[in-house]
Amino acid sequence: MAYRYFATPKRKFIVADTPGHVQYTRNMVTGASTANLSIVLVDARQGVIEQSRRHTYIAALLGIPHLIIAVNKMDLVDWSEERFREIRDDFETFLPRLDSLRDVKFIPISALNGDNVVTPSPHTPWYEGPTLLGHLENIHIASDWNMRAFRFPVQWVNRPNNPTDPALRDFRGLGGQIAGGIVRAGQPVLTLRSGLKTSVKEIWTYDGPLKEAFCPQSVTLVLNDDVDVSRGDMLVGFDHLPGLGSDLRANICWMHQRPLRRGKKYFLKHTTQTVQAIVTGIESRMDITTYEAQPEPAELALNDIGEIRLKTAKPIVYDGYEHNRLTGSFVLIEQGTNLTAGAGMLLPPLEAAKPEYQDFAI
Amino acid sequence: MNNYHLDHLQYLETEAIHVMREVAAEYERPALLFSGGKDSICLLRLAEKAFRPSDIPMPLLNVDTGHHFPELNDFRDRRAQQLGVKLIVRKVEDAIAKGIAAPAPGEVSRNRLQIPTLLAAVEEFRFDCAIGGARRDEEKARAKERFFSFRDAFGQWDPKNQRPEIWNLYNARVNPGEHMRVFPLSNWTEMDVWEYIKREQLEAPTIYFSHPRKCVRRHGQWLPATDLLPPKRNEEVKDLVVRVRTIGDIISTGMVESRADTVDDILAEIAAARVTERGSRADDKASEAAMEDRKKAGYF
Repeated sequence: MAYRYFATPKRKFIVADTPGHVQYTRNMVTGASTANLSIVLVDARQGVIEQSRRHTYIAALLGIPHLIIAVNKMDLVDWSEERFREIRDDFETFLPRLDSLRDVKFIPISALNGDNVVTPSPHTPWYEGPTLLGHLENIHIASDWNMRAFRFPVQWVNRPNNPTDPALRDFRGLGGQIAGGIVRAGQPVLTLRSGLKTSVKEIWTYDGPLKEAFCPQSVTLVLNDDVDVSRGDMLVGFDHLPGLGSDLRANICWMHQRPLRRGKKYFLKHTTQTVQAIVTGIESRMDITTYEAQPEPAELALNDIGEIRLKTAKPIVYDGYEHNRLTGSFVLIEQGTNLTAGAGMLLPPLEAAKPEYQDFAI
Repeated sequence: MNNYHLDHLQYLETEAIHVMREVAAEYERPALLFSGGKDSICLLRLAEKAFRPSDIPMPLLNVDTGHHFPELNDFRDRRAQQLGVKLIVRKVEDAIAKGIAAPAPGEVSRNRLQIPTLLAAVEEFRFDCAIGGARRDEEKARAKERFFSFRDAFGQWDPKNQRPEIWNLYNARVNPGEHMRVFPLSNWTEMDVWEYIKREQLEAPTIYFSHPRKCVRRHGQWLPATDLLPPKRNEEVKDLVVRVRTIGDIISTGMVESRADTVDDILAEIAAARVTERGSRADDKASEAAMEDRKKAGYF
């Protein structure tokens, strides 16, 4: 898999170029994990093939909000509107099963001569939508982050330990990247796992303090109380509390030669913490071509996608992947070799963290 | 919600800060490779943004080939001093004297010899991680790089067997003797680097800007005429107005004829350019796979 870069006067683009065959499912998942938009290329002569169904499934599974179905080689089907509609109808038979796809656009193109790629094609008077590049340049992606629920995984505790500078002597900041929502100076926050309530004294940045900050900004938060918080803890807002637990359910794409089996132990990296986890069950294995789930398979092999149950050695603070890609994702790491073995997407918690927090008191 | 939006450069910045803080949190003895070049001056600013008001929690490391542009080394030393960060310099010259690096007969370039020198420094200080300024847009071998690029106990990179990198969950784990190379600027382009230099008003070494220089024509490019690279009798020598796009050793860095003497001029020049910056590096031209081969062996 390789990354490519291009820019137009309106926008900059990063392209993850991933091969499409089933043995490269893990590469597709990797490319899709950081994408705002995916393009599934369809040959107008062949229409929907297995690969189209797989690509569309992965785009939906990874929660990429925007999808373009580019129907290519329209010149070889005589620019037939009927053929284009037929392919669109074929997609529409299974798209409703992939409900995370909020925005799907079909564009008839011919890459050979650039029809509807950059400039509208004279051959498709029946098509009134945007060109491929026009759509890429204008699509609204800013709201793809979760802006509703504040999440701040503590990444690095910032303590200058500078005895000579009185301003810094007692400075204790929490460095991290906001993984959801918005934070304002003065706002009350809950520290999890400890369950202590405190508030934000200052949003410190190199460029000066901020009144508010939002996902995915990297900032340093200074709290009003000297609570015991370290890497792996999470600060959250009081609206929309996350889940807190050690019994987890997740969809996973397996990326390792050695299959995932019940009873195996891995390191689980989630936000900024790494804990041990054991596989307590394999619920199903998904056939990503037919979208049929096979219940309780013995194992998940390389490139398999399935639903599993896990138990972690310590409870983790999390959201369902469908609500927040940053607090709902994890990787499994094989112990010993340290290889990244699986990419997991958590199912929403059955209940939110108990709001019986304690007020901070000295 | 429209106000809660990061532009492309702000997005690249927060991504890079996140990566740097992962390094500080996950490793015991990280280092930051700092040459003074344009990418590494961005790295230093990002380190300030990631770690202030604390000190930058890692030393700077530079492998000096002995063939550096002198103005670049001056800049490197001054910048490290301004920031109050420890700068460790290890010289290819010394590595040769100690038998760590061995030049082939007639080998003038120090490029290959940087590798054992760097790996010896990693061993000497037991660094478990080295942050570098490499970017994926530079050329083909780099396009496949990860943010966290694993090196085995021999310092080798295996492009066919890389750890998948999903979301922003970086698998930082290494066993003793192994180390990680981390590239916070992976997703930056040459254009982004200069736009960041402009936005942050960073000082860049003078050789990036247009200046007069005596150059010698060799292998289709203009190289600086120096004592290290005396022109041969039949070679064309000219006084030109030039700048560099990318800095390697003084004997292999192609000079580009240019009148760009401000950051804005440079941005305009890059916008119009069709060749990647590495097109002007003779060390990359040795073979199509030159970079990939060197990277496998432990190059930056």
